[in-house]
Amino acid sequence: MLIFVARRLGLMLLSALVLTFVVFYLTNLPPNLEKLARSEGSVRMTDEAVAQWIIDNGYGGSVIGRYGQWLGVVPGWSNVDEKGVPRGRCFAAGSDPALAPSYCGILQGDWGYSTYFRGPVLPNLGEKLGATGVLMLWVMIVMIPTSLLIGILAGMREGSRTDRVLSTFSIATTATPEYVSGVVLVALLASPVTGLSPLLSEWGVIDGKILFQGAASPDRITFWSFTLPVLTIALYGIGYIARMTRASMTEVMTAQYIRTARLKGVGFRQVVLRHALRNALIAPFTVIMLQFPWLLNGVVIVETLFNYKGFGWTLVVAAGNNDINLLLGCSVVAVFVVLVTQLISDIGYVFLNPRIRLS
Amino acid sequence: MADTTWDPSKPILEIENLSISFFTRLREIPAVMDFSCAVMAGEAMGLVGESGCGKSTVALAVMRDLGKNGKIVAGSIKFKGRDLTHMTDEELRHIRGSEIAMIYQEPMASLNPAMKIGAQLAEVPMIHSGMAKEDAWNLARQIVADVRLPDPDRIINAYPHQLSGGQQQRIVIAMALMAKPALLILDEPTTALDVTVEAGIVDLVKDLGEKYGTSMLFISHNLGLVMDVCDRICVMYSGEAVETGNVVEVFDTMRHPYTQALFRSIPLPGADKNARPLISIPGNFPLPHERPQGCNFGPRCDYFQAGRCDATDIPMDPVPGSDRHASRCLRWSEIDWDAPPAKRAVKEKAAVGKVVLKMEDLKKYYAISSGAFGGGEKKVVKANETLSFEAREGETLAIVGESGCGKSTFAKVLMGLETATSGSIMLFDENVQSTPIQKRNVDTVSSVQMVFQNPFDTLNPSMTVGRQIIRALEIFKQGTSDEDRQNRMLELLDLVKLPRAFAERMPRQLSGGQKQRVGIARAFAGGAKVVVADEPVSALDVSVQAAVTDLLMDIQRENRTTLLFISHDLSIVRYLSDRVLVMYLGHVVETGTTDQVFQPPYHPYTEALLSAVPIADTKVIRKRIVLEGDIPSAVNPPPGCPFQTRCRWKAQVPGGLCDREVPPMVTLEGGHQIKCHLSPEVFAAMEPVIKVAAE
Repeated sequence: MLIFVARRLGLMLLSALVLTFVVFYLTNLPPNLEKLARSEGSVRMTDEAVAQWIIDNGYGGSVIGRYGQWLGVVPGWSNVDEKGVPRGRCFAAGSDPALAPSYCGILQGDWGYSTYFRGPVLPNLGEKLGATGVLMLWVMIVMIPTSLLIGILAGMREGSRTDRVLSTFSIATTATPEYVSGVVLVALLASPVTGLSPLLSEWGVIDGKILFQGAASPDRITFWSFTLPVLTIALYGIGYIARMTRASMTEVMTAQYIRTARLKGVGFRQVVLRHALRNALIAPFTVIMLQFPWLLNGVVIVETLFNYKGFGWTLVVAAGNNDINLLLGCSVVAVFVVLVTQLISDIGYVFLNPRIRLS
Repeated sequence: MADTTWDPSKPILEIENLSISFFTRLREIPAVMDFSCAVMAGEAMGLVGESGCGKSTVALAVMRDLGKNGKIVAGSIKFKGRDLTHMTDEELRHIRGSEIAMIYQEPMASLNPAMKIGAQLAEVPMIHSGMAKEDAWNLARQIVADVRLPDPDRIINAYPHQLSGGQQQRIVIAMALMAKPALLILDEPTTALDVTVEAGIVDLVKDLGEKYGTSMLFISHNLGLVMDVCDRICVMYSGEAVETGNVVEVFDTMRHPYTQALFRSIPLPGADKNARPLISIPGNFPLPHERPQGCNFGPRCDYFQAGRCDATDIPMDPVPGSDRHASRCLRWSEIDWDAPPAKRAVKEKAAVGKVVLKMEDLKKYYAISSGAFGGGEKKVVKANETLSFEAREGETLAIVGESGCGKSTFAKVLMGLETATSGSIMLFDENVQSTPIQKRNVDTVSSVQMVFQNPFDTLNPSMTVGRQIIRALEIFKQGTSDEDRQNRMLELLDLVKLPRAFAERMPRQLSGGQKQRVGIARAFAGGAKVVVADEPVSALDVSVQAAVTDLLMDIQRENRTTLLFISHDLSIVRYLSDRVLVMYLGHVVETGTTDQVFQPPYHPYTEALLSAVPIADTKVIRKRIVLEGDIPSAVNPPPGCPFQTRCRWKAQVPGGLCDREVPPMVTLEGGHQIKCHLSPEVFAAMEPVIKVAAE
């Protein structure tokens, strides 16, 4: 067990290194750095001044060396610019280089300076991540029970009317990307001029002009503001997980041990609850875990659409504003979310299924 | 349930003119037609027939579990006088499990993998008699002890995958017995098990039947097994019962041509591949929608009379002066049943040539790890231990043993799919033990070929039969041009007695026996000198088995091939092999000519194996030796003699030698070798297991 986890952790670290390096390399391509120089320095800089700015601000040298600095395994750069002010990675311009530590990368907890937020990356990212965590939690609370219920109801009697209706629903939701379902939901439920809201408002069912709010904020989480973003992300996952659960359930329902149970005289309800359920849930468990990375995907779209200032929104902002350190921070977080959920899924699978032995 | 109205002298199960059909989008497929039988209280009824004859459908119809497509179209099934065909789901639920219980073919698949054994057992009385959970678990523990499982407390808290196949089947039996049912349906309960385990299960079923007075409907394709267990028998063919009656009457004085043909196609003691070869049933089993007019067996019957047998439906005709014996044959009273079979072609015994394959001290160990996540301590599985033998040209060497004895590992090593840990394999004076198949040259590969167990999985489903054989010819570098290979392929089809038109067919259009013939043609494509046949007929029906074995024998005679016949079926081994090698837990425990191995002195394991094989002959008297427990795991073999944990002769060896030392190979007269500590006097005093009573 420990060896397995240790081996998986080692592999995870390796993948994290490779993936962050790819992101680092791409964000640190020369044109990108020039753009950064012009936005941070002055738009009217000469090409020579841009080159000098890049060197002064530690963006010179090899990519690998800079990646090492960012990681914190290579001493941070320091130099003195033409005005005689000492500058360096690990200390603010003008302060004494002797007092600063020589290593300052993400390993030391220094995730760099965000040009967009005008502050260090880590606290900003942490706050946004917390906001996304709340959103994700509600998505999970809605998505998992709903999808499992739909999947099991559809799968317990393959080909029945319930199955067809629920399967159609699942296929429809999973075939609709978030940027479509989000817009449709907003138009239908959160617009004062189209959809249901004007009607409801006219009939006096709701007090305001709209039923649900089309924007959400981490500071004010209410049922009315949170329903649409949660629903938009959850809908896609519901369809997908329900399809998987249904497939697993139909397979289990044709298994011989289900026949055994039926011919023992067990009633249909008990067959489903006592005999089929646990076996049917083994496969969807992995799928649910695999949904986490997908949720990150949905979060980017939904947070932008509903202007919810979370992780996805931050990612979009970082990319849009050429905020290299913030973007790198986001990628580290994303990589770890994906890898950790994979690890949990593998370990959980072994515990759920007594027959599995990994080797 | 209230069954006060039922008179115990009446049949407990009475099936009358039952017809069952499956409905597909295209058509209605009749699976069972006009089937009648009656099981009296305490009686065991055997239902035999080949696969697809409808015997399992009858069982499921009794349980009223035919699925969505299956329907009972006519007739009635009366259980204790109540008609099951008209019961509601709720009424059925009360009968299932409490009054009628079923035991299935594959014990692993029929137990819930995620539920503890105790919970699965305790469920039955909790549902049917509302027993409290604690009492139900206690009852479960008691029944587990009843089915002779060791350590019931551990077992009821175990999950199914933690038990061996034999133990799982005992649990399924225990589950069926939880509510003390009046009728037990057993659907091929031992087919998935080894013979020595099967013997234990059969004994258990018989004893429990007597103890609880349970009636049984025993479904099997194995006539010997039916004779062991049942009082009455019903032979089915293509959806119809063709003959029914008392077991002894049907076995000794059968009155239906199909029953007769079936008995002539199974290897009974006395059958011999040269002097008294088996007679296979010509033709194929008709598909349900292609059944002939009149008698279903007509086209394959030796006594067929055109215009009479194919004119009308044939009713069941009682045989006068017998115990409810009846036959579905118009001509049964005209046929001379004692006449010997007409066309028994006596064949020459092939001479045995020089040594082509020689193995010496072959060892194959595997290293495995035991932890749930790949960790844990490394263990060594000794799949083959000091395997030594020679095989000569034109000889059939049988390798016999139960699952896990290492016979398949041996085949893999010989084929080069695995390399040996140590020892040598000499093939035509060439040492091949450490050459994996990728590095063997074309000559070596084409001269050692294999016929596989399951013909259904070994042919590529998307390639025509001819193409697959040509592909083999190409790989073996046979023939100079495409035309040449095409001709060679057609010759190979002739060799395996398939029509040349089959070259254009896809594997799915072929029956099991035909597929196995294609497998044989493919193996012989490169002029194989040594053919390893790994259970080549065990997946086939009895009537086809004889034809495929005969084919193998014929090709062997012609090509002087060395045949290594791996099997667990001792009847067929006795019938066709020249020499036998008995394996147990990776060791060769006995080797010698077929006569030497099948006659005393035996190795104690061979003795048990021989006694475990059911023989479908009322004149054969068998000594019952039931081995206790299961085969020990190869990961953790017992110290000393591998067989000591189950050996009934162990007490005859002084000084606990069996616990300490692996016995040496003792050579007896005529090159007969036995790996056992028993003294020559004990060997000399051994009695034969099988005796044929004087007629």
